[in-house]
Amino acid sequence: MKILVEMAIKLKQNRGIKTKAATVLRQCDRQIAVTSLRPIVEEYAAILSLACGVGVQTIAQSFENKLVIPANNTKFIGMQDRELGKFYELCSACGECILFETGGICPITRCGKSLLNGPCGGQALGKCEVGGWKKDCAWVLIYNRLKEKNMLHYFMRFQEPRDFRMRQGPREMGGE
Amino acid sequence: MPKQVYSELMKSIVEGKFTFTGEIEPVKTTDLHEVIETAKTLNGHVVAANITDNPTAFAYMNSLIPSYVIQREVGLEAVYQMVTRDRNRLALTSDLLAAGYLGIKNVLALSGDHTTVGDNPGAKPVFDLDSTGLLYLIRKMVDEGVDLAGNKIDNPPKFHVGVAAALGADPIEPELLKIERKVKIGVDYIQTQAAYDVDVAKRFLKLTKHLDVPTLIGIAPLKSIPMLDWMVKFVPGIVIPKDFQDRLRKAKEKGGKEAIFQENVEFFGEFVKEIKATTHAAGIHIMAIGFEWIVPKIIERAGLKAIG
Repeated sequence: MKILVEMAIKLKQNRGIKTKAATVLRQCDRQIAVTSLRPIVEEYAAILSLACGVGVQTIAQSFENKLVIPANNTKFIGMQDRELGKFYELCSACGECILFETGGICPITRCGKSLLNGPCGGQALGKCEVGGWKKDCAWVLIYNRLKEKNMLHYFMRFQEPRDFRMRQGPREMGGE
Repeated sequence: MPKQVYSELMKSIVEGKFTFTGEIEPVKTTDLHEVIETAKTLNGHVVAANITDNPTAFAYMNSLIPSYVIQREVGLEAVYQMVTRDRNRLALTSDLLAAGYLGIKNVLALSGDHTTVGDNPGAKPVFDLDSTGLLYLIRKMVDEGVDLAGNKIDNPPKFHVGVAAALGADPIEPELLKIERKVKIGVDYIQTQAAYDVDVAKRFLKLTKHLDVPTLIGIAPLKSIPMLDWMVKFVPGIVIPKDFQDRLRKAKEKGGKEAIFQENVEFFGEFVKEIKATTHAAGIHIMAIGFEWIVPKIIERAGLKAIG
């Protein structure tokens, strides 16, 4: 990345801008970010953060006099499957987890409509209408999983409408 | 069966009459002339007509006003379709209250096709409630006179609530359990999605017989060969028997548009006849958007009298 940035600067302006690369163990941890970056950032005007949006904001908040630039367009918090070279969004941090009742498959995140009592009519052959029937229908996955585990009574349970205060941002936790 | 009957639709079903309903689609216009004309075409042939709510996620005129207008102007009872895709529980509650005032008697509770398949694909999908949640809200309003949060409603509305069923869903088991869950909450009738295979409809009726809920089987005549091709190509899960497809294509070659219409009348006339004769279905919901005049012809071909 450092090389790429240097190249870009040279190609565009050739003004000999100084760059330096550093790794922060966890950019979302304010203490760690500050401790590892403070000795380095002094002589630089800008920080290009390769973290997700949380890391970028932590850095921006920790070094208010620096220009902090996000290197990524954060899409989602997901799981990586190295074999397939893909990332999957699995959790929306909704604050009302029902994963036990849904066989460890999150309908809030993995159902295109976030249905609580699915599937809907957009399901066909186990695939979802969102994106043109390529992705799995979460509710068919849930049904199959619960059936395997002999837990279909959980499928039958009516999930009442959620309390959206649980996911009302900006959320805070801890302290006091 | 509901304890009390509020609507002509429910009355027809409860009295055991083989019941027909139609469908009217308001579009992207401020003019209701066509909706009224369509209602006139259907009136006297169907007991009630569904008014669609932004079908396939296209932004059209809302379904409440046309529901009211066909009742007032034409005297045709409406089934007010409501999807949860575009409105949160506040807006749904508020529209249901307005519907109560406007004399709406039937509501079909749906989730709605996803925004991404519609004509404003970048829209934010709401889905604060799902279709089961909307059913639950309506039950609370009608049966308990409260909203979802338990707040009291003065002069609560009286609606019958229908739910949709994907009768040809594959796999069908989760769909059946979903319907069963809705029935436990309180469903007045089921209306299925379009069936093209009479055996699929029969299988569904058999699989849901134990639920003891009146069921209207949905049919959607195919207006043209491009429409047929589109259904076959882009709507997985909808099984259109090869035989019917061939019949439509042959008809088109021989006699063009008119022959296609006639083939629909033949096919669905027979379909309706067989459902009536061999199943416990409460009736048929006919979706013939853009050629509603075919509805009475299908009913007639089935050897049935329109409403009486």
